[in-house]
Amino acid sequence: MNKKVKKIITLGIWEDNAIFRQILGICSALAVTNLMMNSLVMGLGLMFVTAFSELTVSLIRQFTPKHIRMMVQTLIISAYVIIVDIFLKAYYPSISEALGPYVGLIITNCIIMGRCESFAQKNPPLYSFLDGLASGAGYAIILMLIAFVRELLGFGSLFGYPVLGDAWVSWTLMIMPPGAFFMLAIVIWISKNIFKENSEQGGAKS
Amino acid sequence: MEINPVVIFFASIFTNNMILSNFLGMCSFIAISSDIKTSLSLGQAVTFVLGFTTLINYIIYHYILAPLGLAYLRYIVFIVVIAAFVQLVEMIIDRYFEGLYYALGIFLPLITVNCAILGVSLFMVIRDYNFLQSIAFGLGSGLGWMLSIVAMAGIRQKIKNNPVPKGLEGPGITLIITGLMALAFIGFSGIVQIQ
Repeated sequence: MNKKVKKIITLGIWEDNAIFRQILGICSALAVTNLMMNSLVMGLGLMFVTAFSELTVSLIRQFTPKHIRMMVQTLIISAYVIIVDIFLKAYYPSISEALGPYVGLIITNCIIMGRCESFAQKNPPLYSFLDGLASGAGYAIILMLIAFVRELLGFGSLFGYPVLGDAWVSWTLMIMPPGAFFMLAIVIWISKNIFKENSEQGGAKS
Repeated sequence: MEINPVVIFFASIFTNNMILSNFLGMCSFIAISSDIKTSLSLGQAVTFVLGFTTLINYIIYHYILAPLGLAYLRYIVFIVVIAAFVQLVEMIIDRYFEGLYYALGIFLPLITVNCAILGVSLFMVIRDYNFLQSIAFGLGSGLGWMLSIVAMAGIRQKIKNNPVPKGLEGPGITLIITGLMALAFIGFSGIVQIQ
């Protein structure tokens, strides 16, 4: 039991990390990472949605007809995204405004759909819930990592607090779209180098 | 704020390009942009679907959801409209336009999960566009998306045989090229601005 839990967590956060191992869900990974705060909220929102969607999909997996399961999954995901959206609007209106349509775009984030389809469809609810948390956490960590570099270099601050002082000339390119593309490419490059030995031994993972 | 639809049309192609400045539709952009012909077909399919779903969603949002105070349901409604529309189009062209089906058909299921489609509908609501502005925005975004994926495919064909650092192959180098393209597109930003 414990072994399986541990395996799910390491797979989700590290070995099968959605962003740099599977290149999924990068739309929002790029769009919200210009500020640490936005990325944190986005990451937490995604964890919530993934975990509870997987839980729900797993709970009703025996009653869902095979050919409409995609539609059912999409509706479940949308329902949770609406909860996140209303919650943000009520308690953190400024962040909700900054994230704009990207909260809604969690629906089309391929990570959630992918996990629901490949994991929750075949596993019991508790494991699915854990898997959702782990995949979401893996996503959130990478988001924070990219946002850390971008906000530090682009604004000279972290979570809005200036850390680099007045002498730092803001590197505006980092908070513009090109900075996001370059940062993500670098993250993928680094992770591929770390994983090189693994994939050479075990053959190419798709 | 009353912006001319023509301005919105050109702005959504060049300065507010869906991929290069809003990062929408990246998944299929990275996966499919290896061949000019396929990416052209995908771009056409996206433009087509975008133009119509934006129109349908505009009507549904402003005449059904907003008057009834159900605006918070828009995520569910929009995604259902998009999925249903894509399904419908697939059935129609499968039945009546066989040639077109082989060109576009395989991409249609992919389009449902293309964030650009949902994104355009959501942007339309957030920026409070009127009818003509929404149509211009939908079509322009589709054309902008097609422009960048075709350009990307062209560049990728050119560099196919060039040496790339190991580990950067595939998605890595694609992202870097996209970054360079985004840099180039910043050059357009003086022309028109809609944000």
